[in-house]
Amino acid sequence: MADPMKIRASVVGDSTEVKVLMSHEMETGQRKDAQGKTIPAWFIQTVTVAHNGKTVLNAQWGPAVSKNPFLSFRFKGGAKGDKVQITWVDNKGEKRSDEAVIG
Amino acid sequence: MRTRREVLKAGGGVSLLALVTAAGWLKPGEAAAQAWNKNAFETKTVDDTVKALGGSAPAQSKDIQFVSTPDIAENGAVVPIGVSSAIPKTEAIAILIEKNPNTLAASFEIPPGTEPAISTRVKMGQSSNVYALVKADGKFYVVSKEIKVTLGGCGG
Repeated sequence: MADPMKIRASVVGDSTEVKVLMSHEMETGQRKDAQGKTIPAWFIQTVTVAHNGKTVLNAQWGPAVSKNPFLSFRFKGGAKGDKVQITWVDNKGEKRSDEAVIG
Repeated sequence: MRTRREVLKAGGGVSLLALVTAAGWLKPGEAAAQAWNKNAFETKTVDDTVKALGGSAPAQSKDIQFVSTPDIAENGAVVPIGVSSAIPKTEAIAILIEKNPNTLAASFEIPPGTEPAISTRVKMGQSSNVYALVKADGKFYVVSKEIKVTLGGCGG
């Protein structure tokens, strides 16, 4: 099981700023190991961010996104104490969801 | 508490989806959104990527800007890229790296209420033009920037 995401959500003016750091190898499938065998691709494909059950961002990623991916964006609305839920799914079907409270 | 097996037995197809949604496992909107665009991520040229994302011949736009994106990246494995669009009704933003093995690095769907500005970090195999592609009101716009990489991010 992958490590939890580090999520920071804070109110900035009339928007909520979300910053996420995910824990994932993001293996490209281009690299070879010491024996010369290709290391299979392993990367996050989709990311969904929801605020109070409403989707505020959908992302689709390829293996070119860096290891331990970082993402930041802002959405309108959101109040202190609201919850932001982030879910990712990788190409092996593994999934992780984490929640943060807007501070 | 119902087990997953019981829920599965209770109904298939659409009714199962309704049950899963009702059980709070999936938030509304999440179920429909998550089909990874395999075709687009397999493209190898900027033109093909734009086509796979449903556009053609995107117009150059000064309303798209790179934000906190370096001209020279010392480490190709971690290149910060920020894209901000001032085009009204921006629906989607994609980051394309011309000289990577696959051009498309990431695409973001921007629902109404979300600011059309995102930042992330990508890998670059070598110095390359990087394109920020924006879909707004059904039309496509693009801006590009060269990023020089001193140490590639795709080597072994």
